[in-house]
Amino acid sequence: MNTNDLAIQARGLSKDFGSLRAVDSLDLDVPRASIYGFLGPNGSGKSTTIRMLCGLLTPSEGSANVLGIEVPGDANELKPRIGYMTQKFSLFGDMTVSENLQFIAEIYGIPANRRTQRIDEVLEHYDLVEQRKQFAGTMSGGQRQRLALGCAVLHKPELLLLDEPTSAVDPQSRRDFWANLFRLAEAGTTILVSTHYMDEAERCHRLAILDHGAKVADGPPQELQRSTGMSVIEVLADDPYHAQTAISELPVVVSVTQLGIRLRVLIPESVRDALEQVERSLAKHGIEADAHLSSASLEDVFVAVTLHTERRAA
Amino acid sequence: MISLSRLMAVTRKEVRQMRRDRLTFAMIFGIPLMQIVLFGYAINTDVRNLRTAIADEANTHLSREFVDKLNATQVTDIHSRVATVAELEELLRSGDVSIGISIPYDFDRRVADDTRAAVHILVDGSDPTIVGIAEQLRNIPLRFDTAAEKERIGKIEVRAYYNPEKRTPVNIIPGLIGVILMMTMMIFTAVAVVRERERGNLELLINTPVTSAELMIGKVLPYIFIGLVQLAVILAAGDLLFDVPVRGSIIDLYLAGCVYIAANLALGLFFSTAVSSQFQAIQLTFFMMLPSILLSGFVFPFDGMPIAAQWIGEALPITHFIRLTRGIMLREASLGEMPAELIYLAVFAVVAMTAAALRFSKRLD
Repeated sequence: MNTNDLAIQARGLSKDFGSLRAVDSLDLDVPRASIYGFLGPNGSGKSTTIRMLCGLLTPSEGSANVLGIEVPGDANELKPRIGYMTQKFSLFGDMTVSENLQFIAEIYGIPANRRTQRIDEVLEHYDLVEQRKQFAGTMSGGQRQRLALGCAVLHKPELLLLDEPTSAVDPQSRRDFWANLFRLAEAGTTILVSTHYMDEAERCHRLAILDHGAKVADGPPQELQRSTGMSVIEVLADDPYHAQTAISELPVVVSVTQLGIRLRVLIPESVRDALEQVERSLAKHGIEADAHLSSASLEDVFVAVTLHTERRAA
Repeated sequence: MISLSRLMAVTRKEVRQMRRDRLTFAMIFGIPLMQIVLFGYAINTDVRNLRTAIADEANTHLSREFVDKLNATQVTDIHSRVATVAELEELLRSGDVSIGISIPYDFDRRVADDTRAAVHILVDGSDPTIVGIAEQLRNIPLRFDTAAEKERIGKIEVRAYYNPEKRTPVNIIPGLIGVILMMTMMIFTAVAVVRERERGNLELLINTPVTSAELMIGKVLPYIFIGLVQLAVILAAGDLLFDVPVRGSIIDLYLAGCVYIAANLALGLFFSTAVSSQFQAIQLTFFMMLPSILLSGFVFPFDGMPIAAQWIGEALPITHFIRLTRGIMLREASLGEMPAELIYLAVFAVVAMTAAALRFSKRLD
């Protein structure tokens, strides 16, 4: 891939907080005009990475090129070209929606003659026309999130950094939010979004899975699902607890995850008779269950790749 | 380097938020008015009506006459009469009275004898001010021959310039301006940055093109205006309620006020960049408050303090401002006659402001 097609290119990006390595030599290639996801549990280094990329934190090692600007470097040059949405709602609760937008517009130096028009546009696009006179502090989670996104894109940034933007909103608001992100990406904005929701991660064009500060997988979600290196066996059992105990006894089983009455069993692809082994084990324990091969979900991918690091650590 | 439009955007935002914060807004006028009324009336170094007990063991015509004169001074308020000195001491120790007057049984003879004291005044010395007041009682004439009294004219005369009636408010209010402005101004800005940090606004702001200097100056500007309004409120109240004059130039006074306000705002802002919660910010301002009240010459004369304390006093902006206000308001001095005080305040403001802008980093690490 040509470097001009990349909005972000990071090499060996690391950050230490005291003795804790929050981000461990991260390599990233984020193509322009795409939605790139960071998937990982809390504390996996998602926020720290985003903060390094926009110049809020200085990397302990490594460097990145963001929109052609070196990081660490002159972050002031970068600020007008990126939009940033913080994890916690960070707009002014004691100001109205339009006052917040007005302030952000002035701070980003949007010329006075275009300011009103642009603010109206954003109010319209993000469904905030009725709330324009409402104090930001009294709005619902979904409305706040739309306002935060509206403020982040007000100055039409080339790169949008979103730090767990949907952690405080209902499913409908999340769907609407993602529709907005797709629209922005289509218009040419590069979007880097961190999340710990699988369904959100699935919508990204590309995905990096982070665990304990290190990247453990990287690629389009579908590709990651195809190349787990695992056979996924789904077991339907009336007594999933005992079924789980029975299956866990098999030495080839990497992990068993219970989802209601279903069990997701991961076994390395190198084991040819994975399904038979599972069925035999269930029969031996006299457990009635239906086992069949399934395709990997993103959650299976996540379990598979994070298991690797745990083993490495052990 | 500083963009005026971004600076004004920050200032407009501050004004908007301040207007909506009713309590803060009420404080702008409420605090100065309350304090000036309270302290203007309450603080009085011209002490009267001290609770007094008398043990008149003589009980002669002359001793009763002495007690009447004592009453007439209004310094004492005779609270109880006891029989012995021991009882006087008991009342002093229990705190029931501040002054005990002991008139011995041979009072008349002692009055005639110049080598012996005729009256003993027992004073609760735990408050030196009361001791000072009690000293005045020594001037009460004690003679059989009252006509001889009139010849006693002092050879040394004290004239109180600028405040001949020795009214306390005239002394207190110029200093009180300094204290009130310091309190409100420093607290306003001490919480200004850290509040936005606590609310999460700061993470958003530092990701925008706004610079540290724009943010700092933009935050301070509206408060300078508020400080000047407060100054007007205090001066008006001082004039209407306590007849405290402004003998010098009002423009000089406002100019000094402007620089002093800036110095306090800048110091508050510096505190705000150094702490991590609003609670710590308030603690820091209180840490500044006490020395500012006690070591600035506001309460105690500056010359009476040990050299080390004077140094601390000299470092505090309020010390210099009180000298300026007393000079301008009471002695009709001009700023030109006290340049060092103004220069110190200006330098202090610039240094604190620069320190705040440098300390405020647009980074999180």
